[in-house]
Amino acid sequence: MAEPIIQLQNISKKYGDFTAVDDLCLTIEKGEIFGLLGPNGSGKSTTILMMLGLTEPSAGEVKVCGIDSTSHPIEVKRKVGYLAEDVGFYDDQTPLENLVYSAMLNGIPKKEAIKKAEELIERVGLTGVKNKKTGKFSKGMRQRLGLADVLIKDPEVIILDEPTSGIDPKGVQDFLNLIIELRDEHGISILFSSHDLQHVQQVCDRIGIFLEGRLMAVGDIRSLSAKLLTGGRYLIELGADNSREAGKKLTLGWFQNLASNMNEIDSVSEENGLFKVLSSQDISLVLSKKIMEEGYNLNFLNKKEFGIEAIYNHLMEGGTAYAN
Amino acid sequence: MQTNHSIVRPFWVIVNKEISDIIKSWRFIIMLAIVLLTCTGSLYTAFTGFATAKPTNDPEESFFFLKLFTISDGTLPSFIVFISFLGPLLGISMGFDAINSEQNKGTLSRVLSQPIYRDYVLNAKFLASLIVLSILFFSLNLLVLGFGLVIIGIPPTAEEVFRILMFSIVSIVYVAFWLNLSILFSVGFRQATTSALAGISIWLFFSIFYNMIVNVIAKGISPRQMISEYQLVSLQKLIQNIMRLNPGQLFDDATTTLLVPGVRSLGPLTMEQMSGAIPSPLPLGQSMMLVWPQITALFAGTLVFFGLAYMLFMRREIRSR
Repeated sequence: MAEPIIQLQNISKKYGDFTAVDDLCLTIEKGEIFGLLGPNGSGKSTTILMMLGLTEPSAGEVKVCGIDSTSHPIEVKRKVGYLAEDVGFYDDQTPLENLVYSAMLNGIPKKEAIKKAEELIERVGLTGVKNKKTGKFSKGMRQRLGLADVLIKDPEVIILDEPTSGIDPKGVQDFLNLIIELRDEHGISILFSSHDLQHVQQVCDRIGIFLEGRLMAVGDIRSLSAKLLTGGRYLIELGADNSREAGKKLTLGWFQNLASNMNEIDSVSEENGLFKVLSSQDISLVLSKKIMEEGYNLNFLNKKEFGIEAIYNHLMEGGTAYAN
Repeated sequence: MQTNHSIVRPFWVIVNKEISDIIKSWRFIIMLAIVLLTCTGSLYTAFTGFATAKPTNDPEESFFFLKLFTISDGTLPSFIVFISFLGPLLGISMGFDAINSEQNKGTLSRVLSQPIYRDYVLNAKFLASLIVLSILFFSLNLLVLGFGLVIIGIPPTAEEVFRILMFSIVSIVYVAFWLNLSILFSVGFRQATTSALAGISIWLFFSIFYNMIVNVIAKGISPRQMISEYQLVSLQKLIQNIMRLNPGQLFDDATTTLLVPGVRSLGPLTMEQMSGAIPSPLPLGQSMMLVWPQITALFAGTLVFFGLAYMLFMRREIRSR
């Protein structure tokens, strides 16, 4: 197996009494898009700063591309492109001038830098505003220019800190597509931090959920939901009219009986007068039919599919943490 | 294959950009205009004074070129007074937003995520300002020399040229002192306005209020009765030393001595010390000896502020915005 592109070993970062990152271990493989998900102030940005050697961890070791970020930040920064949250450009310069400056800071000769910058501007779709000053740019445009700025050094890894916040949906979609293209065409590894579930869910191969400086869970969406919540993917909640006039009474026993006959059902339980059925497949239709056939009065049915949102909310609400 | 010589080192890339930023910035153009206008004004009055005063053989009356910098007919202050007044403002205007504006625009974290050392940014900004200042002062002073040559028609002596060059260097160090102070504020204060105001208030304090305060102190500590000559001298020395805490005073001492070779001492002299002295101007070496402490102090102050700014900046955690 190839060496992981980013490796964090037991890193902690303390600001006085406050612990921003607490004993974090994380490995990111080459060529994957990894999503770092967490609410604001959960230590995502601090972790990213430590990867770039822009701040020193209080304890632990950070390795990017096999290089120690704390002791050799220059070598790391040569290989890593970092797009900060709400990136800024020199307002009185054109996009081209801004990119050429970054390129030259990376030791690229001026002629080559201009050629590369022009290609990248076209690639991120800013050709139309090539000669405008960046001070007039909207946030979405700045973010796209930021991506071009990151790409000009031909990075092996790209770290994007909240790249989609504050951009309109269309802009987000374009941006995410661009990220996937980069991974597919150039094999660039991408670390993507966000507090937006949808965006992360859409592009990321693996996800790490961050909360109060700790990594609560890591894995792809399927395995996360499997580990964290129920073992199943669907939660079906059913309610029946059990009043005397309605006739037959629906009981937990009936469901337990059903569960022994159907392999898809993982477990059943009763809570607040509702029956909860956890299953590996969507059996809501089958269930409701069965209930009706047996003459019960079904008056409530709710199906939940566990996406990342459920996992996220589960963790936010203080659900059991599962760290790998 | 690329050839190595076409790659500009990242440090010089930053210096290049900073220099072009300074030259293109409105505030530098405005400061430059003010400096040029005031200097032209003071030079004009100096020249009109020259038209009436013909050179004599009196040694005190030689060094015409140096006089261009120091004399005034009373309508406008002399060239060096303007430099000592406007120099700090020039330094402050160049440095007050060096770091904090980049931080606020979000460009600092972008630049620092490139493969450069963090101190490159600070060093390059300082060096760029220093280069611009050096060019400004050397060309300004050489222009004065040139005009003097055209108008007076007598070439300057080597000593005069050296003195003027030394004066340029001292001016640069003096402005660099204020430049570093304002860079320090730009690292320390998040808001560019705060750092500009802090710089300007210190400048105002030293250029206007400091002398008043020292006068009040002097009045307070001077004895009412007649005292001995030695006590008087030591009192005078004490007050002078308090005055020298003011960088502007150090600059004035240094430049006056450099540009007026007749100045023999910056402190009180007793009659005994004066007896036997030949009333002739000091050679450059001796003038330099006289003001060496002043120059060293200015230089040290410059370094101290730069060191503090450097320390603060290197320890700072750079986040976006």
